[in-house]
Order: sequence, then structure tokens, then C-alpha cells
Amino acid sequence: MNVKLAKIVAHLLCWLPLGYLVVAVSTRNLGADPQERVMHLLGYWGLLFLLLGLAITPVRRLFKVSWLFQYRRMLGLYAAFYLLLHITTFTLFYLNLNLSELWKETIQRPYISVGMLGFMLIIPLVLTSTKTMQKRLGRNWAKLHRLVYVIAVLGIIHFVWQSKADLNEPLSYALVLIVLLGVRIYWYLRKRK
Amino acid sequence: MKNRKLRSIYTGFKDSQLTPEVAFWDRRSFIKSLGYSALAGAGQSSLNTFASEAAAIDYSTTEPLSSEYVVTHHNNFYEFSTSKSKPAELATNFNPSNDWKVSISGLVEKPGEYTLDDILKWTNVEERIYRLRCVEGWSMVIPWSGFQLSDLINKVKPTNNAKFVEFKTLKSRSVFPGQKRGALGFSVLSWPYREGLRMDEAMNPLAFIATGVYGKRLPGQNGAPLRLVVPWKYGFKSIKSIVSIRFLDQRPSNTWHKSAPREYGFYANVNPNVDHPRWSQANERRITDESFFGVKRIPTQMFNGYSEHVASLYKGMDLTLEY
Repeated sequence: MNVKLAKIVAHLLCWLPLGYLVVAVSTRNLGADPQERVMHLLGYWGLLFLLLGLAITPVRRLFKVSWLFQYRRMLGLYAAFYLLLHITTFTLFYLNLNLSELWKETIQRPYISVGMLGFMLIIPLVLTSTKTMQKRLGRNWAKLHRLVYVIAVLGIIHFVWQSKADLNEPLSYALVLIVLLGVRIYWYLRKRK
Repeated sequence: MKNRKLRSIYTGFKDSQLTPEVAFWDRRSFIKSLGYSALAGAGQSSLNTFASEAAAIDYSTTEPLSSEYVVTHHNNFYEFSTSKSKPAELATNFNPSNDWKVSISGLVEKPGEYTLDDILKWTNVEERIYRLRCVEGWSMVIPWSGFQLSDLINKVKPTNNAKFVEFKTLKSRSVFPGQKRGALGFSVLSWPYREGLRMDEAMNPLAFIATGVYGKRLPGQNGAPLRLVVPWKYGFKSIKSIVSIRFLDQRPSNTWHKSAPREYGFYANVNPNVDHPRWSQANERRITDESFFGVKRIPTQMFNGYSEHVASLYKGMDLTLEY
């Protein structure tokens, strides 16, 4: 398939969740507390895009599909986009846009501190995601972008920590992350030998 | 008409006493309709009911009701699912009849297995519009029907040694899919769900057993066929689908407290000044209807606004320790 066309399709797929939200909100299909549902789904998709981005390298190596590589940056940027919307909805619906309260919540609630720290760490990665920045930073670019491992771990901790009793779903995500980081550690150790 | 008859069987209302849904929105017409039924009935029993309902009005709030849809489609009923929308789907086949049995045991003069029918005969069914504040930070205004818990307690006569009441929900994996273990083998909570009240809390006139909501019999997802409603406490105290009421001399354990003792206490009184360790309790999101802007953030009141009725129960207690 034409690379350009494939990219357009990939972008459309990434907008699909947001499109679903718009339709679901306007047709009242998000249950009794649509604001909360929107906030949760945005956070959930942010994490999902993050994990998908982290899956690119292992999948590429295992199945020898090098073309996948071009989608890594896209997935990372969409993760940042959905997480920004996640935080925006929280600030809007839970805090009435009160930024001093956002600060208070961020320092007082450990699960929010962890999530917010993760999001803060995404910002430099977004800013240095362009090809120009990649060239300018040279070898440091790869070092800097290893932060994504920390971000993913913080995101998963935030997800597990905010859940009330049912750990089955958040821990399934944690397992996926452990596998994705585990293969990297395995490869790293093997290379050193 | 047939439907109305059915409803009245379930809730214990007489036909003429059933208030149409629209009337809930208008306190005056609510009172008028009761007045009408008292005049028209002119019998002893309906006059009694009128008296008790007139008294009950003091406990009801005049705030706008949360819509019937949100009341019946936003349920924390982990026995079905941890999702708030799923209980409404999963409870469609859970329609217990009035043969539902409640075991009454412990330090009590008249222990035994009673059916809901037996219990309804001892009590006056009335309507109460209460605020409900969930520990998670959302709230609703709900028109319950049912009876005062003290009516039931007086009938079964606990002994002088009874200092606490313990309630249990039905344990049945065939009825409640949420009681099965999850994909990774974790149980969500330890079943059956348990709750407890101090005796003086249970005897407080606000403590209520609901058998109906919005003028209809209680749907499965709201805790059919009978559930506790203690409006000055966080919602998890208001245990659903009760099968056991036991009178004890010691404080019973309650499920959420056992699950996370630092986060959920025995008392669980609504208190804007004592935060949950993971979130603030100073405000709440009042859910009025299912539209996108049907939720508004408002400040949370001490004892959920019921201080005048219950504050005296906790005199001298440090509510930051006894949360």
C-alpha cells in the first residue's frame, strides 16, 4: 500500500476513539455520569496508545516488520494528545477549571502526583519529536526518549492506584507493560554477554 | 391499572396512596394527593398512614430529584459488576418476590426467618426523598419508599445487651456474577457484603429500609427487594438485598473497612472536613440527569446535611479518627 495513504488511515484510526466520544456524548450513550466516563476513557486510551507505541520495537524485531517503525512517533504523540484531554476534562469537570485546586490535588493525592509527573515528562518528548530536533540532539535524543519507559510505569501506577477494588483490569495492563519492558531487559542483558 | 395493582403489592402501597411520578416534583401536589387519599379513604388505616407520611415530610429534602434513569443506571453494586452501568443490565432477571427471606438473629427476643411480606405487615410504608452521597464523590437526590428501620427493630425486640446491628447481602454466585473471581483470580471484595450500625444509629428516625424507588418496587440493581438507606453516611453503608439482620454486643466488621481500613471506616459519616486518603471530600458532583451537563459540582455538607438529626449521636467523638 502507498505509504502516504497508509499514514492517513493510521491517523483516522487514532481519531476514532475521540469520534466515538463525540457521538456517544451527543446521543447520551455514556451512562448516568458521562463526564466521568469521558475522563476515564481518555485516560485509558492515552495509556493504550503509550503501550502500543512501546510494542512497536519488540514486534518489529520479532516479526521482522520494519515498516512499523514509522508509526512509533505517531502513537506517542496521540498518547500525549489523549492524556492532555484526560487532564483537561478532570480540571474542567472535577475542579471547575480552578488551577490552584489542580495544584493542591496534584501535591495532595499521590495517585494524581504520579499521573501528573508522568504527563510532565511527556512534554519534553513531544517538543523534541520533530526530525529537526532529533538531528540536533543526536545521540542524546535516544537517551532522552528512554523517559518513555518511566512515563509508562508512572501511568500504570496511576491506573492501579486510582482503582477502588477491582484490580483485574489495571493489573492486566501492568502485565502487558512488564512483558514489553521485560523483552527489552532480556535483549539488553543478552547483548552485554 | 393492573400494573398499579402489582406495584402496590410489591411496595405495600394501596392504590390510592401511590403518588404519580410527576407529583414528586411538586411537594404541594404530593401533600394534596395524600390529603385526598386520607379523605377519600376515611378509614382508620389510611388516616394512620397519612399521619406517618405527614411526619416523614420533615425528613425529605425539596431539592430537585435525580432522574429515574440515573437513579437506576448508575449503581455501585459490586455483586453484579464494578461498572456502574452494568448492574442495570445484569439485574434484569433478579426480581425477588415478597417471599424473600430475612434471617433475624442474635441478641433479640423474636429471632427467626421472616419473609418480606411478614415485615411489611409490621411497618408503615412511606415515601422519603433523601440525598445520597457516595464516598467516591458523586451524589443524587432519590425518592425512596419503604419504612423506618426502627419499626422493624421495635417489632423483633432486641435485648438490652444488643449494642450493634449487622446486615448481610445475599451470597450467590448464580445470582451475582460479580462474586466470582476476576480474570487474574482476584476477588473484588470478600462476600457476602456486610455492614453494621450502632444501635442508636439504627434507631434514628432517618435510618430507613427501602423497598421501592420512584413509586415502583425496588429494581434489582438498586438492591431489591429491601435495602438499607442511611442518608447521613456514605453510600456504601446503605447495604443492598439484605438477607440477614443480626443483633450483637460487639461492633461488627464491615466489608469496605475490612478491604481498606485506612480508606473506609465503620462510621463512614459524610464529612467534608475529613478527606479520603486518595481524594478530597469537600465537594461532590451532584448527578441530576444523564445529559452531558447534568452534573454539577457543589460543596458537601456535614453529615450530608442531616446534622440536626444525627450530630448528637457523635458528640465527643473525634471524627478524624472515627471516620
